[in-house]
Amino acid sequence: MLLIYCPYCEETRDEDEFSYQGEAHITRPLEPENLSDTEWGDYLFFRTNPRGLHHEMWQHTVGCRKYFNMTRHTVSYEILETYRIGEQATVAPASADSATAEGAC
Amino acid sequence: MQINRLPVGGRIERDKPVYFSFDGRTMLGYQGDTLASALLANGVRIVGRSFKYGRPRGIVAAGAEEPNAIVQLGQGASSVPNLRATQVEIYSGLQAYSVSGWPSVNVDLMAVTDWFARFMPPGFYYKTFMWPKRFWMSYEHLIRKAAGLGWAPDGKDPDVYDKMNQHCDVLVVGAGPAGIQAARSASRAGARVILADEQAEMGGSLLATTTELNGAPAYQWLEHALAELRSNERVTLLPRSTVFGYYDHNFLGIIERRSDHLGLTNATGARQRLHRVRAKQVVLASGAIERPIVFANNDVPGVMLASALGTYLNRYGVVPGKRLVLFTCNDGAYQTAVDWHKAGQQVVCIVDSRKDASGDAVAAATSLGIDVIKGHALIEAVGRARVKAVKIAPINADATAVIGGLRNIPCDVVASSGGWSPVVHLSSHSGAKPVWSEQVLGFVPGASAAVLSTGSSKGVFDLRACLQDGVQIGLEAVQAAGIAVDGIDLPACPDLVEPVAQVQQALFLAPHKKPTSRAPKQFVDYQLDVTAASIELAAREGYRSVEHTKRYTAMGFGTDQGKLGNINGLAILANALGQSIAETGTTVFRPSYTPSTYGAIAGRDVGELLDPVRCTAVHRWHEEHGAEWENVGQWKRPWYFPQPGEAMQDAVNRECLAVRNSVGILDASTLGKIDIQGPDAAEFITRVYTNSYLKLPPGKCRYGVMLHEDGMIFDDGVTACLGENHYLMFTTTGGAAGVLSWLELWQQTEWPELQVYFTSVTDHWSTATVTGPNARRVLEKLCTDIDFSRQAFEFMDWREGTVAGLKARVFRISFTGELSYEVNVPAHYGRYMWEQLIAAGEEFGITPYGTEAMHVLRAEKGFIIVGQDTDGSMTPQDMNMDWVVGKNKAFSFLGKRSLARSDTARANRKQLVGLKTHYPNTVIPEGSQIVNNPNEPIPMLMQGHVTSSYFSAALGHSIALAVVKGGLQRLGETVYCPQADGEMIKADIVSSVFYDPEGDRHNV
Repeated sequence: MLLIYCPYCEETRDEDEFSYQGEAHITRPLEPENLSDTEWGDYLFFRTNPRGLHHEMWQHTVGCRKYFNMTRHTVSYEILETYRIGEQATVAPASADSATAEGAC
Repeated sequence: MQINRLPVGGRIERDKPVYFSFDGRTMLGYQGDTLASALLANGVRIVGRSFKYGRPRGIVAAGAEEPNAIVQLGQGASSVPNLRATQVEIYSGLQAYSVSGWPSVNVDLMAVTDWFARFMPPGFYYKTFMWPKRFWMSYEHLIRKAAGLGWAPDGKDPDVYDKMNQHCDVLVVGAGPAGIQAARSASRAGARVILADEQAEMGGSLLATTTELNGAPAYQWLEHALAELRSNERVTLLPRSTVFGYYDHNFLGIIERRSDHLGLTNATGARQRLHRVRAKQVVLASGAIERPIVFANNDVPGVMLASALGTYLNRYGVVPGKRLVLFTCNDGAYQTAVDWHKAGQQVVCIVDSRKDASGDAVAAATSLGIDVIKGHALIEAVGRARVKAVKIAPINADATAVIGGLRNIPCDVVASSGGWSPVVHLSSHSGAKPVWSEQVLGFVPGASAAVLSTGSSKGVFDLRACLQDGVQIGLEAVQAAGIAVDGIDLPACPDLVEPVAQVQQALFLAPHKKPTSRAPKQFVDYQLDVTAASIELAAREGYRSVEHTKRYTAMGFGTDQGKLGNINGLAILANALGQSIAETGTTVFRPSYTPSTYGAIAGRDVGELLDPVRCTAVHRWHEEHGAEWENVGQWKRPWYFPQPGEAMQDAVNRECLAVRNSVGILDASTLGKIDIQGPDAAEFITRVYTNSYLKLPPGKCRYGVMLHEDGMIFDDGVTACLGENHYLMFTTTGGAAGVLSWLELWQQTEWPELQVYFTSVTDHWSTATVTGPNARRVLEKLCTDIDFSRQAFEFMDWREGTVAGLKARVFRISFTGELSYEVNVPAHYGRYMWEQLIAAGEEFGITPYGTEAMHVLRAEKGFIIVGQDTDGSMTPQDMNMDWVVGKNKAFSFLGKRSLARSDTARANRKQLVGLKTHYPNTVIPEGSQIVNNPNEPIPMLMQGHVTSSYFSAALGHSIALAVVKGGLQRLGETVYCPQADGEMIKADIVSSVFYDPEGDRHNV
């Protein structure tokens, strides 16, 4: 079970208090009507699935109820940072190297 | 008769006799015995039958690794399957049963399979039992019975279990010499320490050693060290506690067996407790497991691990035989022979695979007159129900071939030692891959930032080194936990004399004169009867990956998870593949380390405490009036209110007719309610609903449908404008939490510039729906400050007023199609309001109705229920609700763009229609599939399915809602609903609005 630092509460709490909310930094297009079906479909359905560093969104569901972002390693489950909505990650996104990170199968 | 019990010695309490039974036979043991030591003391040789061949099996080990002595304790609901007799403490009245062997361990019909063994190669189960497929069920039944997998308790578990959350600076797993030292040095630095050990008594190897510490028996030092820990209030000692899993971020699960050793009658409180520990730092001191050497017929009862034999002798005063042959490739095992000799038993010989064995250990044995036969291997055991002799032969220097004639040596107990395998299970759970060490001849914990290992669990086998390493690692652990260690008084290491160990030889499989495939069976995994030959065969058949070989041969699949045999199996596989063990690698270890009781994991979260129950303020009234309940999420809602003698359908018919003909009352308090405020509230609500709320004035309500971005309906409900910048949003009962998160998501992530605030007020209000032609008359009796006239209080208006003396909000909205008022008062007045409404409605025959009648009434009107008529793949257009979608909204509301996607906009999507059967009393089962042609060959083309279906008392016939491909263009056509029993229910596609299609009834 993960230990998660809520960047709003500024406390480290148990995973039980949080819920996963999918990939972070998916921006809603400003003018959906001007997009083709393919472009809109990309926004709707396509997500990265990296083996390595992943930016994802969580909600402190039974805490402050704030959504925030997290950079997490999907193999080791190490959490490198959590940061508020509107802020950018300071740890670089998944590179080709991290895609071959060792891990259990 | 404890024929194998020595007159003195061991840590048992001889003045406390304990009577227990095994397979119905009563025996005597002593307090402090395990079931295994007591069985051996009583001369019990056979404790089970093997999985595949039905061969008799005896106790091999003394700890968690025991593969054969798997027992079931007790009978009935408290029965526990799959316990290792080596880990069960005996208590008075204990009843144990062997789980394998059918019909009994001594007469085993399965033994016949041993004769046909050559027809049962690895993969046998895949190759044979899976075909023909329909026989698998009966095979499986037989296999379970034959394999000894125990049986499930036959009732609800009567025992109590609980859970505890724990935090500590340092968790030390294993209270052997290294673990105790680590706990001591960590605790001396002031750390909060938990020390957990799976045994009843802490001390690990010190409990069975004859090595003296500080010139005295080891237990004296042990008692002193444990006393120090006990006296420190920052240290928690958890004996009888198995750390079964190491999860993310230093979260570990420990199951403490609090009363299993007392028996059911003496137990009080929780039987087992799950400790959920979050540790700042973990020290693994989980020890090592001795490896047997694989040789022919090595499963004959009486063949044991050298260390286990030493443990039974030194700790329990039990000698399961008289004449010992010890087979080893290392110095460590010599001590067992020396102890055996000193206990007055005969050591026939020590067979050492090393031609040059000449160290301190050899000298010590030789000085006692023990015959040490070097450069030899024990290649085969003789005997069936018990070992009678062994065959030994000279071998070459690298122990791969027999190079001389055989000698037959009579004996009645055999001990073997192939070295020690560190217990890397927990380290492996934590994500660190075990690494093969040529020096240790075992896998050691892989490098990990978070985990420290000490003692034999990392391959340090000398006692002195373990005691020293523990101190050092304990110190590192507290530092890693952020605690200063300056000037602490480190625990001293006791003086001891330890022989210098000569280097051990890598020996996993003893060579035989015949090739492995032709030699008598050489067992690698006792529990699943996996032999060296079957692993070699797997390699020849192309199984190169260790994970594949594991699955093909079933090696390590038993309840012991291959603790004893896996390393030997890997070595044999590596040899067969012509590669190193390091290249071959190991399989992944997963929790649990030993089997865990589900009861402990569930704890108190069972029965009524499994999930919270939510009740409305009117709950007791419903209960008093005989409500049957429907669970809606966590809510208890009245389903219907049967009167004496009424069946469900009778009650529902009566409730529905009361609403249609006079007046009914429904407890609608469970509907989700979200209070929304802020200058941008209307803009926000307009973005998340399909229609617009920008021009909704105070006093008015509007129904909306909420879509996910993919255009699919996920909630619906009415939103009322309470005042300037103030709204109340009703959600479905089940969708309330999800809707709140959804609103917060968009406000926080995409539109933080919108000033809007959400508060869940579901529990703050009690809601009674008064509905039916007489609803107005009922309300008028209780409320004088609201004008209920049609003109003054229109459909989709709401008013604030005083109802039965209570401040109330009254919403004129309708889910029945009748004149309806939803009266909301603060929750605590709920029951009072309800009783006042019932009293006021008495003259009109006001009838409480439940969710079933509510469903029928709304289906008569074609109103959808999200989650019943929709399933996450339905758009508003699919539900024939295009009217609810705003076409001219400035902002592209959530889901709007998706409604124009090619797939969402196509013509033949499944659309909501009504179905009317040709036989008025036939109610089509919900979920029925719909086809066009009843005579179509199978597979028929499915046209859709039935989503809601009821008998309508008001209409006098059954009604159904269904989604049918292109259904809105097919009104009047006939379709069929094929049933499992072959019946074809014929129905016409009709409008989904069955009752009062013009909507005159609510507009009065």
